[in-house]
Amino acid sequence: MFKEISTRAAIAALLFQSASSFAANTGSIDNAFNPAFSLILSGNYGSVQRDPSIPATGFAMNPNPGHEQGFNLGESEMGISANIDPEYRGVATLALDPAGGISVENAFVQTTALGDGLNLKFGRFFSGLGYLNEQHAHAWDFVDQPLVYAILWENQLAEDGLQLKWLAPTDMFIELGGEMGRGRGFPGTDTVRNGNSAGVLFAHIGDDIGIEHSWRVGVSAHQTRRVDAESIDVPDLAGNAVTDLFTGDSQTTGLDFVWKYVANGNVKNSYVKLQGEYFRRKETGDLTYDTAGANVTDTFSNAQSGFYLQSVYQFVPRWRVGARYDRLDPGVAQIGASNAGNVISDFAFKPSRTSLMLDYSPSEFSRLRMQVANDRSRQGLKDNQFFVQYIMSLGAHGAHSY
Amino acid sequence: MNRLIFAFLLSLICSPAYATLNVFACEPEWAALTQELAGDKASIYTATGPLQDPHHIEARPSLIAKARRADLVVCTGAELEAAWLPVVLRESSNASTQVGSIGYFETADFVNMLEVPTRLDRGDGDVHARGNPHIQTDPRNFLPIADALSKRLIQLDAANTNAYQQRLSAFNTKWRSAITKWEAQALPIKGLPVLVQHQGFPYLSEWLKLKEVATLEPKPGMEPSAAHLAQILNTLQKQPAKMVLRAAYQDARPSEWIAQRAHLNVVELPYTVGGSAGASDLYGLFDDTIARLLKGSQ
Repeated sequence: MFKEISTRAAIAALLFQSASSFAANTGSIDNAFNPAFSLILSGNYGSVQRDPSIPATGFAMNPNPGHEQGFNLGESEMGISANIDPEYRGVATLALDPAGGISVENAFVQTTALGDGLNLKFGRFFSGLGYLNEQHAHAWDFVDQPLVYAILWENQLAEDGLQLKWLAPTDMFIELGGEMGRGRGFPGTDTVRNGNSAGVLFAHIGDDIGIEHSWRVGVSAHQTRRVDAESIDVPDLAGNAVTDLFTGDSQTTGLDFVWKYVANGNVKNSYVKLQGEYFRRKETGDLTYDTAGANVTDTFSNAQSGFYLQSVYQFVPRWRVGARYDRLDPGVAQIGASNAGNVISDFAFKPSRTSLMLDYSPSEFSRLRMQVANDRSRQGLKDNQFFVQYIMSLGAHGAHSY
Repeated sequence: MNRLIFAFLLSLICSPAYATLNVFACEPEWAALTQELAGDKASIYTATGPLQDPHHIEARPSLIAKARRADLVVCTGAELEAAWLPVVLRESSNASTQVGSIGYFETADFVNMLEVPTRLDRGDGDVHARGNPHIQTDPRNFLPIADALSKRLIQLDAANTNAYQQRLSAFNTKWRSAITKWEAQALPIKGLPVLVQHQGFPYLSEWLKLKEVATLEPKPGMEPSAAHLAQILNTLQKQPAKMVLRAAYQDARPSEWIAQRAHLNVVELPYTVGGSAGASDLYGLFDDTIARLLKGSQ
């Protein structure tokens, strides 16, 4: 037996000799392939009682991602990532539109060797603001994004620009970050000009409490200059749908938190996750009312806000239930005198929605989900919604963030 | 008051001024081994606990913060930590512990891997390209790992070379004699047929010559289904087993279910340091493992 041990030790010593030049060490732990390649296949069945193109009351000047009805193929997401060299890592995520065409969801380069807690990212990336914004659709806990994300960020903010993060050398997780970009995603207006068109600042702190509890809290701020932001089919005081144009400053602040309880710290078996986020956007500038008709420009300022609170409970391995409550406040707009008789300033209605979901994951690479929602986001148009969804991942399965 | 606040902020930012190596160990067994080899020369943080499934850990903020200050990351590798470690290392923005750097150490590099798949197909479940990563259940694997890890500690902290060499040599002597003792103790269970809940024991089985009759998980990483368990009951008619093995972190229900119906003993093994009251260090881990196997075989 000793002989066996000494043989093993000798082999190990030999192995060590060859491995001690670290470059010879086995490569990426992402995957045995280089680069790591992954494909997400997803699809939905959606049943809604109201026309999904009707926007939430008071939010006709915001995006409305809405829902697809009937059987529909979701975006298939193709991901390629690898270390470029010892200094940089590259990531590309391409969304294959079911109607044809490819869009670049993410395409960024990230430093891996700056050290001192500094991390620089450049290219197209999901902004680090909030908690959900960085998560890809296949990692969402519900079929859709919370209303506040759907309407204030057109589901999620992707920016073309650069991001610098710094992680403090402390026992507690303290991360500060800033971004500059072209203002590509809503509320940005993708302005073609020199310089910086949109900026984000964020801070996250987080830690564990014992082995069963963990949490993260964040604050974020986003600002951009909106130029000729066009909104179509905006209801006016006379009851018509007109096209408006807004130019001005947009400033958004946000708070987010997530807390997880994991029995024995073993996330495979059962856990509870509670999370919530709040965003408030203040916009100040000039609004041109009815560009095709009256074409009247005067000052406009408004503060929109919204929050969601959700919880997901994995009660046995593979099975989870979740509940989410959404609420929005369209604000009361300050409207210049010349448009006071044209533009609606107060909708006196706060959109809300309640969603329940149940999902089942046969393995860590597949998930099947059912969701029902009672949507009260459109005044007088209550909508009971029902969705079925599948999310499957092939190939390299990148690690998920917290 | 301002000075107090300043002092507080400074204490937050400055790591303790001792010249110890900060080690981030992915699993308790590697924390324990590093402790044996480095003693007070290292300050060790263990990223996962014995009741956590090491395949399924979240890249929690606390882990990222701890990895930020690490001089050395010691993990199993072989994709065991693929679901969380890449994010932790990336987000930690610590240049000295990235994969391929001197501060990154995978223990699986230094042992003979078992169950290396001949094909990679997710249809076969959660298989690892480099082989079964649960190498810590065979104490013989610790010898080459200790040797390599000690060398790595010396590379990182050459000033304490003598101390590391002495501790390695003491560990080797003590560990070898412990292996001899464990092998003698385990003679009665040689060739014993067993069931395993997860394919987590091939190294243990190879070491003690246990005969694995069936695995409760239909495919690696897939939860045992009722249909598959019923099939195993059939198998047991032809090939009886004496006990069913499960790691401390695993759900108790599947092994209890089959044990009741097939009249087997359930043996919950500590699997890593801290996995049972007896497994308080590396020696205790195997003392307790052997004791539990012997008890289960009766």
